[in-house]
Amino acid sequence: MSLSSDDVHKIAHLARLAVSDEEAEALCRDLSNILGLVEQMAAVDTSAIEPMAHPLAMHQRLRPDEVTESDRRDLYLRNAPAAENGLFLVPCVIE
Amino acid sequence: MQWEVVIGLEIHTQLATRSKIFSGSSTAFGAGPNTQASLIDLGMPGTLPVLNRRAVEYAVRFAKAIGAELGERSVFARKNYFYPDLPKGYQISQFELPIVGRGQVEIVLDDDGVKTVGVTRAHLEEDAGKSLHEDFHGMTGIDLNRAGTPLLEIVSEPDMRSAKEAVAYARKIHQIVTWLGICDGNMQEGSFRCDANVSVRPLGKEKLGTRTELKNINSFRFLERAIDYEIERQIDILEDGGRIVQETRLYDAERDETRSMRSKEEANDYRYFPDPDLLPVVLDEAFIEEATRDMPELPDARRARFQEQHGLSAYDANALTATRAQANYYEAVVAACGDAKLAANWVMGELAGALNKAGCGIEDCPVPAPALGGLLARILDDTISGKIAKQVFEAMWAGEGDADRVIDARGLKQITDAGAIEALVDEVIAANPQQVENYRNADPAKRPKMIGFFVGQVMKKSQGKANPQQVNALLREKLGG
Repeated sequence: MSLSSDDVHKIAHLARLAVSDEEAEALCRDLSNILGLVEQMAAVDTSAIEPMAHPLAMHQRLRPDEVTESDRRDLYLRNAPAAENGLFLVPCVIE
Repeated sequence: MQWEVVIGLEIHTQLATRSKIFSGSSTAFGAGPNTQASLIDLGMPGTLPVLNRRAVEYAVRFAKAIGAELGERSVFARKNYFYPDLPKGYQISQFELPIVGRGQVEIVLDDDGVKTVGVTRAHLEEDAGKSLHEDFHGMTGIDLNRAGTPLLEIVSEPDMRSAKEAVAYARKIHQIVTWLGICDGNMQEGSFRCDANVSVRPLGKEKLGTRTELKNINSFRFLERAIDYEIERQIDILEDGGRIVQETRLYDAERDETRSMRSKEEANDYRYFPDPDLLPVVLDEAFIEEATRDMPELPDARRARFQEQHGLSAYDANALTATRAQANYYEAVVAACGDAKLAANWVMGELAGALNKAGCGIEDCPVPAPALGGLLARILDDTISGKIAKQVFEAMWAGEGDADRVIDARGLKQITDAGAIEALVDEVIAANPQQVENYRNADPAKRPKMIGFFVGQVMKKSQGKANPQQVNALLREKLGG
């Protein structure tokens, strides 16, 4: 299986990555190679094997339902390029 | 052409935990913007989510309540999309292995029939933040207090066939989650949000029509109106030879219509994959036992018991089990007066009317259940008539004390003394010779209706206090016929 340059541009757009046409060409080759490797693995009969969601053979640890965080808004807002009235400001998202 | 409507609902219920699903931030409503957003909620690099035990327990309770299969092993997945109120660029949700599998609920329809609606699945996920589109110099404000609030998204089968059925199902889910105490059910604050998938198909055809998804619905009334509008819109298009476009539509309550979002964005492509930050959740017997140990008697079981034990119709039993507080109140009234039917009539009639008028819930009812039961006991032992009881009830509502005190203070005790009633009856007969003659000359079939005049006169004379049965019997005897 091989990817088209359009596929690569679409994936890049979904991930909000800027990819030039030259880069796309190289990525196209690399990604197609990876898919080739996956295809090779797909040839192995895995019908008796349970799908793996995580490489660690452990369960999720649960935490008690307790409020442990305090208000550190002013500190966190200092990280933002723009903030006002306790809000993060971002470029307008609706017209 | 005859059309069949097909509706499925996706309901987001906010779980009533103290802290968020993956962080120790508070979930309290109404705090100042971003004062409840921690590094985890902000999606800062180097942080890791840790799952809230109570959120898992609540999902388990819901599963038990709808007889659902519990995913012995469930997995969190990343749902990828970009929006400023989703700081990580993905929402942690569940995809292939949700925590709650297939289950079902029963809804009671207007005609007293009962219908089973399938629940496909329910999964745990985190909520997003809020975007404030007021003008901040051409920018959008972001409040991430809600980001990471635990949600249980409940997905139904496309089993509903009308807007009314969809509302009955939504109310049922609302009843279950509030009954269990796992969600506060507040639709205005967004704790309980319904999206509806609606399509129509020619009656008898198996193949489903193209569906639209309705969003932005924040009350049961709007849910019904939005679906009804959408059904009509789709049928109009199809009957004009057009076709339905699969899309998301927003309900506009002010104009009572649905509108296409007309998003220029490409079709959603969420690229789900298992979240490597979270391990699979494994539920063992001990965990399930502990999570469900204190579960209350469920609404359906209670409704069935009310029907059987108290001889109520499915409709009445359903209304009386609308909420746990309502069901508890009703049973306390029954316990105090001993007459289940009379109690049902009063709780659904006089009491519901008064609560409605005052705009308060049964939790804040000024007349406690034992006091209402005490009042009904006075009807049952003939101390007062049902009509006088309404007066007494109003006085109790206004804080004048319990039934006996009001009856005493206002001198409302029913007159049952045969001599006293006879004197009143004689007076009325003597004062209305023409009416008496008409009565005696009338066709016997018409007399029962005509006697009402005399009963009315006697009751008036007694200020409503004469025992109506005795008055009736005595009048019939004296008037003859």
